[in-house]
Amino acid sequence: MTAMFGEPIARLEDDRLLRGNGAYLDDLGHDALAVAFVRSPHAHARVRDIDVSAALDVDGLVAVYTYADLPGRIAEPLPLLIPHPALSHGRTGYPLAADQVNYAGEPVVMVVAQDRYLAEDAAERIMVDYEPLPAVVGVDAARAAEHLVHDDVPGNVAGHLVQSNGDAEAAIATAPRTLELDLYVERSASTPLEGRGVLARWDTEARRLRIWTSTQTSTGVRAAVATKLGLALADVDVITPDVGGGFGVKIVHPWPEEVLVPWAARQLGRPVKYTEDRIEHFVASAHERGQRHQVTVGFDDDGRVLGLDVRFWHDNGAYIPYGLIVPIITSTQLLGPYKPGAYRVEFSSLYTNTVIVTPYRGAGRPQGVFVMERTMDAIAAALRLDRATVRERNFIRPEEMPYDHGLIFQDGRPLIYDSGDYPAALAKLKALVGWDKFEAERAAASEEGRRLGIGLACYVEGTGVGPYEGAHVVVETSGKVKVATGLTSQGQGHQTVFAQIVADELGVPIGDVEVVTGDTRAFGYAVGTFASRAAVMSGSAVALAARAARSKAVRVAAAALEASPDDMEIAEGIVRIKGDPDSGIAIGTVAVLSNPLRYAFDEAAKAATQFAGGDISVPPVAEGDAPGIEGREFFSPLRSTFASGMHAVVVETDPQTAEIKVVRYCVVHDCGTLINPRIVEGQIHGGVAQGVGGALYERMAYDETGQLQNASFMDFLMPYVSEVPDGILIDHLETPSPLNPLGIKGAGEAGVIPSAAVFAAAIEDAEGIPITSMPISPSDLFSLREARQRGEVAGELRGNGGREQ
Amino acid sequence: MASADLWNVRLSVNGVTHDIRVPARRLLSDFLRHDLRLTGTHVGCEHGVCGACTVLLDGVAVRSCLMLAVTADGARITTVEGLTAPDGTLSPVQQAFADCHGLQCGFCTPGFLTTITAALEDNPEPSAEEAREIIGGNLCRCTGYQNIVKAVLRAAELRSAADQAITS
Repeated sequence: MTAMFGEPIARLEDDRLLRGNGAYLDDLGHDALAVAFVRSPHAHARVRDIDVSAALDVDGLVAVYTYADLPGRIAEPLPLLIPHPALSHGRTGYPLAADQVNYAGEPVVMVVAQDRYLAEDAAERIMVDYEPLPAVVGVDAARAAEHLVHDDVPGNVAGHLVQSNGDAEAAIATAPRTLELDLYVERSASTPLEGRGVLARWDTEARRLRIWTSTQTSTGVRAAVATKLGLALADVDVITPDVGGGFGVKIVHPWPEEVLVPWAARQLGRPVKYTEDRIEHFVASAHERGQRHQVTVGFDDDGRVLGLDVRFWHDNGAYIPYGLIVPIITSTQLLGPYKPGAYRVEFSSLYTNTVIVTPYRGAGRPQGVFVMERTMDAIAAALRLDRATVRERNFIRPEEMPYDHGLIFQDGRPLIYDSGDYPAALAKLKALVGWDKFEAERAAASEEGRRLGIGLACYVEGTGVGPYEGAHVVVETSGKVKVATGLTSQGQGHQTVFAQIVADELGVPIGDVEVVTGDTRAFGYAVGTFASRAAVMSGSAVALAARAARSKAVRVAAAALEASPDDMEIAEGIVRIKGDPDSGIAIGTVAVLSNPLRYAFDEAAKAATQFAGGDISVPPVAEGDAPGIEGREFFSPLRSTFASGMHAVVVETDPQTAEIKVVRYCVVHDCGTLINPRIVEGQIHGGVAQGVGGALYERMAYDETGQLQNASFMDFLMPYVSEVPDGILIDHLETPSPLNPLGIKGAGEAGVIPSAAVFAAAIEDAEGIPITSMPISPSDLFSLREARQRGEVAGELRGNGGREQ
Repeated sequence: MASADLWNVRLSVNGVTHDIRVPARRLLSDFLRHDLRLTGTHVGCEHGVCGACTVLLDGVAVRSCLMLAVTADGARITTVEGLTAPDGTLSPVQQAFADCHGLQCGFCTPGFLTTITAALEDNPEPSAEEAREIIGGNLCRCTGYQNIVKAVLRAAELRSAADQAITS
């Protein structure tokens, strides 16, 4: 039998989805009542009065709820999901605004009606009287703190954290050379094609609640909703249907509707559903990336970083349910593959009157990599050194692994890299993009009047964060293998890769393996799908569970065949004595034998009944044993594993229009061992496209009053095919992780992480103008050219991104 | 406040004729999804930009979120559910997406499948550049489009092979 692990097999999910037989949230619950929300038109205002009377005679109206209608714990603020000692002023929103709104889009009234059309009819007749307050928009306004988002949060500072390793200040003071850089990254958003949505049914007879929600964590939603509604966990099922993309935004929970819809379903005794529309997703879900950074770096004449000091300000929006995770990731993952002599980082997380900020694919890393890689380019420019050479001189060497940075990572555990080979990756990348031959290419293009630039950027990504995931593998008497793990899927191909693992571990055909994810009925303990952790965490748990099931199958079959378990093997679903292919028992039959029966249910089952023989000197089920061929195991690693990679891009900038075109995009990627290279490459493709969007097109255009001006796909420039590179060159490097049984590192986020950095480097190289703010549009580049002509920006040098002191 | 008046609509969807009474404002996308329960057609933006809701109306790719069900009265509509052969075999475009890993979350996929199906009727042998043009009006957030472009070219091959098999 061919090994499945490592094979680029086609996905098992696809057939259903290609036939239109997927079941996404809004494909369910045709009998459900529909919800629409009245949302705040103001970024900051007091709610003086709500008049619902005009809505009450709308045909099909079932219920209208305001904050005043919410009972008990539902009326309390939503949970602060990840507390941290440095998060001194954590604030979260209410399911419906109590007496103040803090961003345009915040839900104020919930309407339930026979269908969505009627719910919107009623919603638009509800009059809310607001007293507008001054809005705080953007990092700079939040820092200035002329106005406060929350009256009881001084300086708009939700939290403030300092970490250091060594004495960076002293190292910089005594360094031969120093540079300072100001670097800014604008907001973008996950923007899955399917928005949020939740459907709830209250079973009035069983007194149980069933929730379907488009989430990245079904167990998280279950715990939160059970707590809010005062229900036992055992009385709440949360099922994740097909999810039309997540990219981070759906890890946040519970969203207001995830509390309100189940509550309303219970109140009304009717199924209730809410499906978010596109404009709601823009103004009322979550964004990310907005940060301003100040860097001071001290280095020697060879370009080695002796001391690095980074201060940054993170825009967390109106509330901070996800805690300080994004800026903590920036502050730690900024270090990438490098080992500065000393490092100090300090950040403040600031409230603004805008949509909340929670992790979006990459989760603070794109900003951190932008900061570090801009610094490396600036050092190279200052010393007139090759940019790759400067990086190489600062790399952690493979023989220094595991490498301890002396900081605390986002999982509360030490930032220790487990493995990696950065010099090897750089060598691959230089070969792939033609780094050493680029000057000839540039010169040739220049003769045709074309302007080219090249850039590279490196990253290290902590993946597979804990605390744990688990899995259950059971062999049915039919020989089919059912696998369940609690984390959810949003298109990553989990059904395929987990089936690949089980097929190999158990020795069964992959077609006999069926995987369920994100359904609390099938597996109740889980954390969720984020931080590129599914393959590492659930993949490992699935492997361990399959090994346990295999061991049991071998033991039962060996007893039946009067052989030693050590002499057994399983292949193609047959448990047999090694070297004796005729000795085998089908694994489904082994499952029958493993379960001593009183009652036969078919011919095969007769062999397990009480008069069919067997050793009468021992109990039918031995002490400590259990019926069935199954395994239930958990995987909980000591700490995160660290994937890494490097991207290079060649861009062409139009001398007249400042249009920026991708000539060549190259990726070298190390996610440890690959379960399915086809799926990993698909993840890289998607990440790169999102990275291109974030680097060149996407921004959240808030005006000074906190109105999002581009809240539609007409105006928010998500890349079409015309904006992404025509082909992405990918090379893999595999340094297995020692921290899990399969050697896996995560791959989900990688593609997007170095994009802002690599495009900034290439555009700077093409234009000779420092690029310090991303994204950069043709208009931005055009303005930079004009500013240079007026003498307002420095730098005729290629790659000079900083001011030398 | 009374419900809006209902209108008779007769539509042939995937070869089945439906006579249904709907309000004048019912979007064709909602009509297909919620009245006929053909939920393979997805709604990603409701303003005609993402293309997820694309269906074939008398063979032409249209955005069902930009059309009212009443204005489609009398039309012949094909949704993603109608692309497979009567025996359940995947169409060349569907098969090409499976072969090329052209989908991840699958939400935008029905719109790509219908769009490409219509385009290959007009241009059975697209070049790589034409393949990119064919899908140029549909948004996907997962795949980076790389494998969807490959799927367009692969679908053209499968289609042409199927045609040749029939001819011979």
